[in-house]
Amino acid sequence: MIHFVLLISRQGKVRLTKWYSPYSQKERTKVIRELSGLILTRGPKLCNFVEWRGLRVVYKRYASLYFCMCIDEDDNELEILEIIHHYVEVLDRYFGSVCELDLIYNFHKAYFILDELLIAGELQEPSKRTVARLVAAQDSLVETAKEQTSSITNIIAQVANV
Amino acid sequence: MNPFSSGTRLRDMIRAIRACKTAAEERAVVRKECAAIRAAINENDQDYRHRNLAKLMFIHMLGYPTHFGQMECLKLIASTGFPEKRIGYLGLMLLLDERQEVLMLVTNSLKQDLNHSNQYIVGLALCALGNISSAEMARDLAPDVERLLQFRDPNIRKKAALCSIRIIKKVPDLAENFMHPASSLLKEKHHGVLITGVQLCTDLCKVSSEALEYFRENCIEGLVKTLRDIANSPYSPEYDIAGITDPFLHIRLLKLLRILGQGDAGASDCMTDILAQVASRTESNKNAGNAILYECVETIMSIEDNGGLRVLAINILGRFLSNRDNNIRYVGLNMLMKAIMVDAKAVQRHRATILECVKDSDASIQKRALELVYLLVNESNVKPLTKELIEYLEVSNQEFKGDITAKICSLVEKFSPAKIWYIDQMLKVLSEAGNFVKDEVWHALIIVISNASDLHGYTVRALYRVFQASTEQESLVRVAVWCVGEYGDMLVNNVGMLDIEEPITVTESDAVDAMEVAIKCQRLGLTTKAMALIALFKLSSRFPSCSERIKDIIVQNKRSLVLELQQRSIEFSCILQKHHNIRSALVERMPILDEATFTGRKAGSLPTAVSASSIIPCNLPNGIAKPAAAPIGDLLDLSSDDAPPAPVSSGGDFLQDLLGVDLSPASAPSGTSQSPKTGTDVLLDLLSIGTLPPVQSSSSAIDILSSSHDNKAPVANLNGLASHSSLSANATSPASSAGMMDLLNGTGAITQKHEENGPAYPSLVAYESSTLRMTFNFSKQPGNPQTTFIQATFTNLSPNVYNGFLFQAAVPKFLQLHLDPASSNTLPASGNGSITQCLKVTNTQHGKKSLVMRIRIAYKTNDKDVLEEGQINNFPRDL
Repeated sequence: MIHFVLLISRQGKVRLTKWYSPYSQKERTKVIRELSGLILTRGPKLCNFVEWRGLRVVYKRYASLYFCMCIDEDDNELEILEIIHHYVEVLDRYFGSVCELDLIYNFHKAYFILDELLIAGELQEPSKRTVARLVAAQDSLVETAKEQTSSITNIIAQVANV
Repeated sequence: MNPFSSGTRLRDMIRAIRACKTAAEERAVVRKECAAIRAAINENDQDYRHRNLAKLMFIHMLGYPTHFGQMECLKLIASTGFPEKRIGYLGLMLLLDERQEVLMLVTNSLKQDLNHSNQYIVGLALCALGNISSAEMARDLAPDVERLLQFRDPNIRKKAALCSIRIIKKVPDLAENFMHPASSLLKEKHHGVLITGVQLCTDLCKVSSEALEYFRENCIEGLVKTLRDIANSPYSPEYDIAGITDPFLHIRLLKLLRILGQGDAGASDCMTDILAQVASRTESNKNAGNAILYECVETIMSIEDNGGLRVLAINILGRFLSNRDNNIRYVGLNMLMKAIMVDAKAVQRHRATILECVKDSDASIQKRALELVYLLVNESNVKPLTKELIEYLEVSNQEFKGDITAKICSLVEKFSPAKIWYIDQMLKVLSEAGNFVKDEVWHALIIVISNASDLHGYTVRALYRVFQASTEQESLVRVAVWCVGEYGDMLVNNVGMLDIEEPITVTESDAVDAMEVAIKCQRLGLTTKAMALIALFKLSSRFPSCSERIKDIIVQNKRSLVLELQQRSIEFSCILQKHHNIRSALVERMPILDEATFTGRKAGSLPTAVSASSIIPCNLPNGIAKPAAAPIGDLLDLSSDDAPPAPVSSGGDFLQDLLGVDLSPASAPSGTSQSPKTGTDVLLDLLSIGTLPPVQSSSSAIDILSSSHDNKAPVANLNGLASHSSLSANATSPASSAGMMDLLNGTGAITQKHEENGPAYPSLVAYESSTLRMTFNFSKQPGNPQTTFIQATFTNLSPNVYNGFLFQAAVPKFLQLHLDPASSNTLPASGNGSITQCLKVTNTQHGKKSLVMRIRIAYKTNDKDVLEEGQINNFPRDL
């Protein structure tokens, strides 16, 4: 099971956190601090696994961002690397060659995509296309709702003008 | 911009925060935003609620408190529109965790959304429930989730399956409800549903043996067929990763098969063919393929024996180990750890490669490899492997040295074929990385040395040589100093020369020089210097020719700014000057230290009542035979931090330190936290027998003393005295100890007095049930009537052993309670032993109110947790 997902920038700034196991707010800050110290200092050629508090953290660096997932000792580390890559590819497809700024300004989108990929710390969908389709469908639902409200506000505004 | 809008847009806020150059600026921006959001919340602003929440989430990610937004999430979730709900659920998952009570309020909204007509809203609710559900919510909403496992849209079914995993993990009783729906998911074609269904079955097997049996009977063939289909499937672009169709599904199927095959030969048989196929035909040039192979190897290793498959698996691991990719090597090492339980020989073949990995530049790999080497060592290969590790120790980097020394020490101790080898290896480790070893390691070494009477000369000369070469490694210096103190005469006279040794000439003054170096060296710590002082003191009688010089060195330290050294040197020089008659007896060589007691204590179990009749037959695996010495408690208190605080009264401290080397803070608060001791301790401490664990009753102390009576002359001299005073448990007869007190030039006499006038209280059966009795013994320190020391003794009245014994007590506000650790957490059955625990109660209203206490005792018996509670009102009035 994946206990949590972290996206940390090379400068140690947190870009996304998702907790599937209960950690109190205090613990979360501590975990993030500990792990960024551990991971950001590792050299480029080393393996992508860090042992930490009896668990294992699998991380992978994409450009300036570190994607980290914390798993149990008996989970498959290599598979987690694939899951991370899977997530990155979906993000890439969604944003069109994703960069850190996309994830900063549209952080909620990154969360929505992650929620279509993982639930309860387990993988939900192996098909990138399905994930993209589901996210797009929900985005369009939001768009429709927005248009409706704006048209209603327009009508109200017109009435008010008259 | 919308005319009704207030505040900034999300994007603008993020931009503003990013534009901040200092942390203070950022805080200011965030504070302003938070204020605006709070205002909006107070006005119950509906239009921008979701925007505000999105901002809060960003602020939350930066690490600022956002609890005030929690209720907003609930409001958004309760609203009707999809956009509001979407952001509301996101906020719920981000800002709350399952332990917050607010979460209970959302259960009703979740229930409604799980039954919503819009499937995306159902999806949102399932996702939130799966990610943060608490046990209560899981119980309430399980029926809805179970129903959704049959929902028409596969995307809801897969979410429901993962949500069910969370539910059964939180409430394992619900597992059986999910068994049948889960097994029907295994027949699905949709990969998402299939993957999540397999995962759900795996987790069901973990929480319920009934489910495991059910799947074993009904699903194995289907699963094997699914795996075969997917392994043989032609290229499918939707699920393809590096030329393999859906590796995620592969891995999950293999994992479930592993659980089903474990411990069931029939089930294991069904899957051998497909496992062989996956293991031999999966491409290993990409990570995805290796991930499958890795999982497959683990399954092969875990299911019931099939020789052919295991060979295949070990070969795959061999390939992993020689792979250039660090990740692959890491998992290879990891898997070999598991394989070693199954087939140690096959793993031994890769020993050389594994040793190479210990020297890798990657810390993660080093650690794994070291763990593995540790498991690989046995009697036959301990010598070459230790040699390798010690050689590597010289070049390894600083952070890794601690780990590696700990492992070497434990290996050497476990498998040592001969004492001399053990001592040699330990000396190498200490001289290489002595600063990294834990205290108990060099303590253990001293004990082994003390027991190897034929090697005393050899050891002390070897240590002297290394000490001359370098004083860099402190624990080496300590061992050397101790040995020179004890066996200095053997050093000088070349006693017990072995053939392999080169003779050295050390004069008496050389040995004294060495000790002087240890005392004067700036770098060495207090403990080492104190040990060196003792060593000098001991040498004073071994080397009469140097005794004047030794006296000088000791006198110099009288002015030491460190209290400990100053005190010791004052005491020692006093003995040197005034007490010639007892000096030689005092500095007598240490009796052989008892290994059994030490190992017992190291293991955390305190030896109760070691008596002469119970000489433990010794089959130590390392071939270090224990001489039949009378067990004499701990002659030298080598404990520094792992042992419970020694029960010493303040008067005893001086004397304990006189010969002991314990400078740990553990003994510092003694006398306040322990029940006051009688003069027995003073005497016991003088002979360094004083560190008996607090459990031991005075009768066992006598046991020890009388047992030593037979063979230890110096102890025998004082024996009658000591046992006499230990019999008069609370009231010391001052006469018996007075003889010893002048040793201290009166320092101890004052502190000693208080023992005599402590009023006696009858002991009290504080609590008694059909299974357990607790007795309190009271004592007080004179001059401090408010404080009562209580020794609680627990006796098991049932025929079953109690494990995990825990005693807790609570007192009203006018009392202060201090609990010391209990003597043990296991209580033997039928009153065959007891646990004791000391309590200190301070009554701030002494004389007005009497003590009262509420207690709770928890323990485990027959695998059941038992909790007993009670209140104690019948304390003696004047406590």
